[in-house]
Amino acid sequence: MDAVALHTTALPTTAIEAFVSTPTSGGIVIFVGTVRNQTRNKAVQHLFFEAYQPMALSEMKKIVEAAKTQWPLHKIAIHHRLGNVAIGEAAVVIACSSAHRQAAFEACAYAINTLKETVPIWKKEFFEDGEVWVAAHP
Amino acid sequence: MITTEIIAFGIAKDILKQKKILCQSPSGKISEIRQKLIADYPEFERLSSLKFAVETRYVSDDYVVKSREIVVLIPPVSGG
Repeated sequence: MDAVALHTTALPTTAIEAFVSTPTSGGIVIFVGTVRNQTRNKAVQHLFFEAYQPMALSEMKKIVEAAKTQWPLHKIAIHHRLGNVAIGEAAVVIACSSAHRQAAFEACAYAINTLKETVPIWKKEFFEDGEVWVAAHP
Repeated sequence: MITTEIIAFGIAKDILKQKKILCQSPSGKISEIRQKLIADYPEFERLSSLKFAVETRYVSDDYVVKSREIVVLIPPVSGG
């Protein structure tokens, strides 16, 4: 398994956890971003994710490298879903392992926050009466 | 005039109504390409942000696109 990847099928959360697990790790933090059934009090039917794939992978690798520089991590993995994603399914899984929990917690938060700012992935929400690209307009 | 090939994603693709366009600008500078796109498609000005990438890297407005480099329009990202 690669540390960063884009998937068109369900994210392999258990395999991602196994990927970051090492015998010297005292903690694994996993963030699973899931699809909610509503936004701004409007019912969401499903989401669609699109990526500029080569650059998305490159920006995800940058996050991995930056996190490894800033925290004493054993391993870190960032996996994102593309295409249609149903309510309740995982859109993103980030896993970090370290000897002690604090580094893994902090690195995991850094990774998801940075992903939302820099990685060229776009989310479209589908409603009963239309669809909208998220965050496109102020 | 310099002709630059531009690829669009997300809402930028919807605004252009196509995946790829060719853009003419005096010197291929990103700031010129940005101006031309906003002039031709005013909807770009309503976006929260519009970034540019060349190949797989973000570039600033003073970057000058070299021949055969592909420019990518990056509207506000919303992964996660």
